[in-house]
Amino acid sequence: MTIPARFGPYGGRYVPETVIPALDELTAAYGRLKDDSAFQAEFESLLKDFVGRPTPLYFAARLTAKLGGPHIYLKREDLCHTGAHKINNTVGQLLLAAEMGKTRIIAETGAGQHGVATATAAALFGIPCAIYMGVKDIARQELNVVRMKLLGAEVLPVDSGSKSLKDAMNEAIRDWVSNVEHTYYVIGSVAGPAPYPALVRDFQSVIGREAREQILAAEKKLPTELIACVGGGSNAMGLFAAFLDDEVGMIGVEAAGEGLESGKHGASIERGRRGVLHGSMSYILQDAYGQILEAHSISAGLDYPGVGPEHSWLHDEGRVRYDSVTDAEALAAFTMLSETEGIIPALESSHAIAWLARHAGDYGRDDVVIVNLSGRGDKDVHQAARALGIME
Amino acid sequence: MSRLEDVFAASSKKALLMPYTTGGYPGMHECRHVMESFISGGADMIELGVPFSDPLADGPVVQASSQRALEQGVTPDDVLTLASEFSARIPIVLMVYYNCVFAYGQDRFIEAAAAAGVNGLIVPDLPVDEATEFMVSCRERGVDPILLVAPTSPDDRIDLIAENASGFIYCVSVTGVTGARTSLSDQLPAFLERVRARTRVPLAVGFGVSTPEHAAEVARHADGVIIGSRLISLVSDAQDIDIAGRAVEHFLKEVNEVLE
Ligand SMILES: Cc1ncc(COP(=O)(O)O)c(C=O)c1O
Repeated sequence: MTIPARFGPYGGRYVPETVIPALDELTAAYGRLKDDSAFQAEFESLLKDFVGRPTPLYFAARLTAKLGGPHIYLKREDLCHTGAHKINNTVGQLLLAAEMGKTRIIAETGAGQHGVATATAAALFGIPCAIYMGVKDIARQELNVVRMKLLGAEVLPVDSGSKSLKDAMNEAIRDWVSNVEHTYYVIGSVAGPAPYPALVRDFQSVIGREAREQILAAEKKLPTELIACVGGGSNAMGLFAAFLDDEVGMIGVEAAGEGLESGKHGASIERGRRGVLHGSMSYILQDAYGQILEAHSISAGLDYPGVGPEHSWLHDEGRVRYDSVTDAEALAAFTMLSETEGIIPALESSHAIAWLARHAGDYGRDDVVIVNLSGRGDKDVHQAARALGIME
Repeated sequence: MSRLEDVFAASSKKALLMPYTTGGYPGMHECRHVMESFISGGADMIELGVPFSDPLADGPVVQASSQRALEQGVTPDDVLTLASEFSARIPIVLMVYYNCVFAYGQDRFIEAAAAAGVNGLIVPDLPVDEATEFMVSCRERGVDPILLVAPTSPDDRIDLIAENASGFIYCVSVTGVTGARTSLSDQLPAFLERVRARTRVPLAVGFGVSTPEHAAEVARHADGVIIGSRLISLVSDAQDIDIAGRAVEHFLKEVNEVLE
């Protein structure tokens, strides 16, 4: 099967010539292994025994009663090994890297979840690994920094630009350009140059395939709507992919930060314009001259001025509706889910919960929604405690 | 033939001297001074960078210069103004990341560059496969799209790049980003011979070329020498712009000696 390089006008490979041959090599390797039964069997066995899949689709009865709207199911990606959906993708990419004979792994990380997931998979395969992380994120995601180090990864602080995910990704790309012959670059979302957006989506699409089966078993019908937060967009694409041909509504929730009007947000689709960042054409936050703007979100994983190209296309096509929620709304949802269901969600995932809390009244009692609970909140407790005044 | 190719053809030097600086670094006035020093130092062309927030093909020195220029409020229009002030005296090639071209409007940007007398456009994140419309638009306006080849480019890609190239081909000397280096890659001669065997378009070499010795080595295999980070460091290390200008001129004259 061919691997799409474009989604409508979006995607492509806007990277230095130096890495084009490596992208060709990756495309060829993935094209060969994508439908290879031994490769797929190994991937599935790792997802089952190492990641802990399938993850439950949990009927959130108390949240459903509290919000008084649709039946709410949570896809429990927070129960994956390492605490977020990110590991689905890193295990897949490490398998690829090992097949391709690569001897060094690099990645960028924002919240640190992708960094931890990459370090974990690299340890599993015994390949040395370096993770680029902005100094701003190192400060707010200390737990994950320690985890990466424990897993044997080198954490390389990035002090340029906004000192966050965008700059970590710049630095990872520069490293890749310099060491491309033996280094494999594990991109953490459905972003970057082709074939990454399609490849990461494919590795994450297990989320939606499971959820589709699980909801049909539980409710004997497809859901009314799917809701997922969107940073680069990998947990959302992972959930959406299996339902794109169904009559199922989809909501992608971006970070409105301190409010769209404040300019401090991460709403690339709602407030961005078409442009090129990190190797692909997509919606990005930029000024009139094409300089990339700093994003802002309380959640490091949504603090990114771009979005995966397939989301831009799904937006233009009207297939997925994109909306945003503020830091304050996300924090309220963080507390609400913790108290109502005994689940502390990641601040990223809290955005999806917050959107549902705001819109629950728009649904009928027979409607069924699935919220992708992309990760657990352990990494966020210090930051949330400060923001909520529980701790200094 | 393009004006750039004419300049290569007309020169009796072993290789042309092509210094780079970031437009508007460290300020607009100072940048003019640096460009004057390029000319008095014996430059044959000037490569001028449009500062960008996320220059992912650049090492720390060019990154810092780009950030500084942006902090001074330098815009693509300002860099085009600089180009227009010098283009009657010396060929100018702009180096610009694709999002700046795209945000300006691709055709509009190329039009503005042509009007400023710019002879060539280097877009480091626009490989030949993505550049079809860009190259057509450049040619319609008499501007050379300058394509890059890398040591990692296999022969069939070098052929594709050579087929589409005009002005010169930018040969990236190392598998890496821009930045001064203590030595050139020992695989550089073989790489340049590989490209040379596949095209008649002039070859210029950049990324890491930092000393007269490097320039002499490059001149044995190529037609142009691009020096960037080393020159920017000379400017950033100087106490004031007059000292910087003299250091740049002195350094370029030294390089020029080995190229004559
Ligand atoms: C738990 C969690 N959810 C969501 C995201 C956002 O990424 P994506 O939009 O690719 O799912 C992150 C990123 O770090 C994350 O850690």
